[in-house]
Amino acid sequence: MSSPALVRHPEDNMPATAALPEAVPPPATTTPATPSSFGTLALRWYRLNQGRLRATAIGVISLLAFLLIWHLLTTYRVVFFVRFTNVPSPLAVYASFTKAIHDPHFLMHVVLSCRRIFIGFSLAAIVGVPLGLVMGRFKLVHEVVFPVAEVLRPIPAIAWVPMAIMLWPTNEQSIVFITFLGSFFPILVNTLHGMSLVDPVLVRAAQCLGARERAIFREVYFPASLPHIFTGLTVGMGVAWVSLIAAEMISGQYGIGYFTWEAYSLVQYADIALGMIAIGVLGLGSSVLIRGAGHLVMPWRSTR
Amino acid sequence: MSEILASGSKGHIEVRNFSLSYDSIEGPVQAVTDTQIHVNPGEFVSIVGPSGCGKSTLLNAVAGFLKPTTGIVTVDGERVNGPSAERGMVFQQYSLFPWKTVRENVEFGLKMRGMPRSQRERAARTLLGLAGLEAFEKHYPEKLSGGMKQRVGIVRALATGPKVLLLDEPFGALDAQTRVIMQQILTNMWQRLKISVLFVTHDIDEAIFLSDRVYCMTARPGSIKAEIPIPLERPRQQSMMMSSEFLALRRGLMSLIREESLKAMGGEINDMGMQGLNIELHGHSLADVI
Repeated sequence: MSSPALVRHPEDNMPATAALPEAVPPPATTTPATPSSFGTLALRWYRLNQGRLRATAIGVISLLAFLLIWHLLTTYRVVFFVRFTNVPSPLAVYASFTKAIHDPHFLMHVVLSCRRIFIGFSLAAIVGVPLGLVMGRFKLVHEVVFPVAEVLRPIPAIAWVPMAIMLWPTNEQSIVFITFLGSFFPILVNTLHGMSLVDPVLVRAAQCLGARERAIFREVYFPASLPHIFTGLTVGMGVAWVSLIAAEMISGQYGIGYFTWEAYSLVQYADIALGMIAIGVLGLGSSVLIRGAGHLVMPWRSTR
Repeated sequence: MSEILASGSKGHIEVRNFSLSYDSIEGPVQAVTDTQIHVNPGEFVSIVGPSGCGKSTLLNAVAGFLKPTTGIVTVDGERVNGPSAERGMVFQQYSLFPWKTVRENVEFGLKMRGMPRSQRERAARTLLGLAGLEAFEKHYPEKLSGGMKQRVGIVRALATGPKVLLLDEPFGALDAQTRVIMQQILTNMWQRLKISVLFVTHDIDEAIFLSDRVYCMTARPGSIKAEIPIPLERPRQQSMMMSSEFLALRRGLMSLIREESLKAMGGEINDMGMQGLNIELHGHSLADVI
């Protein structure tokens, strides 16, 4: 006890070591020399991923069933309250899809919509996140900005269309502005919410370790709010697409929303569904991107 | 360890004529009144008292989070004006940064001081090694058990070489077995570092086992009711908790605290209509009944 080593307590280490055998197979089985070891490995992999495999399988079946029902409803032109007489069949949509991917016009619509989303959403994030952080930290900023934000927030982005056309010199700018507005408020509100939930004990711990105002902001408030910031970005991205498509349908000349509306005007029914599916895929893709970014930025959460 | 944690022999805490009150809708509430305590350099001092007596308030004032209404708090003669890395603190709720790995948590204070990355990484590794946590340096706190989290919390507070270490019921959230081990770890660490410690707890055994001196506080408004020196020899061992000396100290402290707890609860018992049960509610007779 004269030079007492800090007691290393086996029980304390238990959780970590106990979790190991599950995750890492014993060394004997990692050598694929014997066929039986490969079999056990495959079995173990299957058992570990059983839940995910099941979910994937059911997901695929469910999508196939959706396509089948769609196919049946349109081939037999079912009229049962809802009229499927003019709805294109999945095969017709596929045919117009194969034609469209070779059509530079269609690709241009897609690229333009993506560009508008990118600019509008990025601006919303660049303004919304810092504003939310500053509002959460400084009471005066909060007191000044919050009432205005609360009045403007309930106005749907679509309702801004006429005003946006008056405000901005070009159509393109007004559409980007609508997209910006749609995603701005969810981002701001969620960032603010994240700031309000920062554990004050962590702030005090940082102060006790010599952190000043700026360091506390950077090292505590910001990372603590990140999960909510990403919630805001995900929601904001969804609303950005909603706003963009509405704006394109009303005032656009190009873009996937305009494409969809134009298809209706030109009685090209297959293109309506194609436009819709394209919007769905693009929306899904952009939220996957944000989720991926979230995992990269918050490694401490993705290890769960 | 001492090369990294060059705390020297300083760390003299002095709290004089201290009182603290805060405003509420019913007027000012006196949390702590007329309190004097001191911690000599290298001394381990505990504060015990019934819950709500203001012992954590007192500790937070020493940390610099609360300003005394009257009186003065000094460390080595310098007045405490706000939190600083000179006064390391360990909280009951662990308070590790979830977004930092174990090592990054330990490095935090050194980073704030502007120490270059390679240097502070080395320092953090050494400290974690001493606490038996080197294998977990890359883990995020969420993966750790409560005892490990609090060991990281203590190492993090010590990493900057503070003059004093303040602990606010650090083992209150741990299970009984882990708590005993943590007490042993803390007393071992302190034995090596000879740093001044102010330790707040409601666990009497813990206070006696760890301390050189124990302050016992009265019920709200809190003040010092008694100051009890703990003459048990060092280094302390768990086996001492069965000695007659220990048990005598325990009995003494126990009765002091019980008196205060009953005083604090007396009002509540009255409120709950306990008089109907014919329990005498005056002073020692109640103590005998319960």
